[in-house]
Amino acid sequence: MIRTAIVDMPIDTAALLREVTAGSTGATTLFVGTVRDVNDGRTVTGIEYTAYTAMAADELHRIAEEAAEQFVGIRVAVEHRLGILQLQDVSVAIAVAHARRAPALDASRFVIEELKRRVPIWKCEHYVEGDRQWIDPTATRAEATLS
Amino acid sequence: MTQLQVLLFASYAEAFGSGTVNITVPEPATVADVVVALRGLPGGSILPASPVVAVDRRYVRGSVPVRSGQEIAVIPPVAGG
Repeated sequence: MIRTAIVDMPIDTAALLREVTAGSTGATTLFVGTVRDVNDGRTVTGIEYTAYTAMAADELHRIAEEAAEQFVGIRVAVEHRLGILQLQDVSVAIAVAHARRAPALDASRFVIEELKRRVPIWKCEHYVEGDRQWIDPTATRAEATLS
Repeated sequence: MTQLQVLLFASYAEAFGSGTVNITVPEPATVADVVVALRGLPGGSILPASPVVAVDRRYVRGSVPVRSGQEIAVIPPVAGG
């Protein structure tokens, strides 16, 4: 069972858990990404998520399919939200169920890492001072390498 | 020469002032030709020498040929999650 979606409404994490849990599953993981209040030392008031929606949907589904090939027997549901999110709003949720815990945990990690690397979604952080900035994780990594 | 439409997003769309840009490239054209044409436009300096490009919603290399009618998109560094 695989279901992935790019959504513009609040994500119901409990519904995702119910969706993947079945009689055959003995371990279920739920990864939830939320908007946090500080990034790189700046106070964040909210994040605007935008996407190349058609490709984001395709790429997210491909990632879930790869997870299902690598971790045979998982049941996985993934939703990523777009739009203007407030602090603590859920931006992404990944529910994975399996008969055993190791594949469920490993598949969850695989999906979030690949999502962050490949899915064409962007976030524009809004700060308490009133300005905004597109986040470039590659720039952060490059700076971290130099320092 | 052939005309192509290119999709832009987020910081790239803001730099170019539009989410879609029309360019003219020599035939046969590759992804690298698309990038050269884009970098020559106002706002094009935001693009690195080899930005990430997708054709028909899949990531491709610079050497891949492109033609009119394909969905060509230049992808800023992604930041989902």
